[in-house]
Amino acid sequence: MSTSLPAALRVAGYQMRDVARSRWVIAYALFFLAVTDALYRFGGGGSRALLSLVDIVLFIVPLVTIVFGTMYLYNAREFTELILAQPVRRRTVFGGLYAGLVVPLAIAFVAGTGLPFLLHGTGDAAGTLIAVLLVGVLLTLVFGALALLIAIRADDRLRGLGLAIGAWLLAAVVYDGLVLLAASIFADAPLERPMLAAMLANPVDLARVLLLLRFDVAALLGYTGAVFAQFFGGTRGTLIAGAALLAWVAAPLALAARAFSRKDF
Amino acid sequence: MIEVLGLSKAFGRLTVLDGVDLRVRPGRVTAIVGPNAAGKTTLIKTMLGLVRPDAGRILLGGAPVTSDGAYRSQIGYMPQIARFPENLSTRHLLALLGDLRGTEARVDRELVRTLGLETELDKPLRTLSGGTRQKVNAVMAFLFAPGLLILDEPTAGLDPLSSGVVKDKIATERANGRTVIIASHIMSELDELADDVAVLLDGRMQFDGPVPELKRLTRQATLERAIAHLMIREVAA
Repeated sequence: MSTSLPAALRVAGYQMRDVARSRWVIAYALFFLAVTDALYRFGGGGSRALLSLVDIVLFIVPLVTIVFGTMYLYNAREFTELILAQPVRRRTVFGGLYAGLVVPLAIAFVAGTGLPFLLHGTGDAAGTLIAVLLVGVLLTLVFGALALLIAIRADDRLRGLGLAIGAWLLAAVVYDGLVLLAASIFADAPLERPMLAAMLANPVDLARVLLLLRFDVAALLGYTGAVFAQFFGGTRGTLIAGAALLAWVAAPLALAARAFSRKDF
Repeated sequence: MIEVLGLSKAFGRLTVLDGVDLRVRPGRVTAIVGPNAAGKTTLIKTMLGLVRPDAGRILLGGAPVTSDGAYRSQIGYMPQIARFPENLSTRHLLALLGDLRGTEARVDRELVRTLGLETELDKPLRTLSGGTRQKVNAVMAFLFAPGLLILDEPTAGLDPLSSGVVKDKIATERANGRTVIIASHIMSELDELADDVAVLLDGRMQFDGPVPELKRLTRQATLERAIAHLMIREVAA
């Protein structure tokens, strides 16, 4: 193991260089820069700009990470093969691929969102800004792991892309609607616990509740989030949602690592 | 040098390798031949650990290879398809491989020069033509002066001049005592280079031995005819 960490860093370093040079990642950073700056200028200061930013972060970060990540890994397939023909462990290559994907994306997001605040000053919104950045990074880690899992398991890139977009649609768009639908159908049953379970099962919901618990705006929490906030309250809710989100990083990553170690290249 | 014993591999219901044995003798050029989809690339990739076999063992220098892949430090591999990260340059790619091996990459200046790659080293790999990529691919295989070279269709996509350069390089490496494995369809070039031949048909090893022996056995003058003879006999049987 002593020699495998530097090797992982090297693979990651080269992957990062490759990702960071991609026009998509640069556009991604510029997008957050422009949106955050506009919200700050025209939305009336730090806190309100961040609140408006939440929905954009919950929407865009998972989408870009999972779609870009899946495509990137398909494009890196021959490169992966090349590296695997060298005297390195598969685990090392896997770690390098993951870090090489998520680190540049996370940096692009943090730089794009953070820079306007650095220029205009954070005011009283410093804590909230850090929360938004942290949750954005966590979402990058979650959807990067899902992208890896999809790209490793699905050999056909068109199918992989379909799965990636499907996963994003499910988590970011239709999930809350489905839960609401289920709630209205089973309106007579006690729904608190199923709703909590439904929320823990969706990383975007978890991210939303983590952020909106800070803003204390129940109206924006969505159905599952409102139940969650009521059930757990502030600090405890934050800890539980944070832990669940970390589990959402670890579980797909572990599955992807297993699939990677058994894969034929 | 490298041995495979009882190697089997199926992709779904399709059996690609069916109990394959191969003993590659050190200091010689072994050709792996066979029709399309005979399992040549799968056999090569299994030796490298890129494909996980269902059954069988791989031995290098008499010892089973370990799962950490350390044995690959003795192997230079030229894959069939040369595709690289788009935004890196050849120079960066070679540096990365050097970093991973933990040894100074001795770029074969002579090979780079004779292949006409000197002016291409700093261009992003995505801008290189298919043939140029294949040349980069060849340079990579010879990068660390490995004891064992595994070349999958090494001259495919190369112009006759570059193809000649690569063949000369293979002959030089053999003269330096290195072991070479070549998978190829081009029988004339194998006739030129190969000492031993391994014939794969439908995932089974039909013949494994010196080229002269195969020619004597089939009473044919060229490798191409000898292998065709073997295939026809197999179909008839």
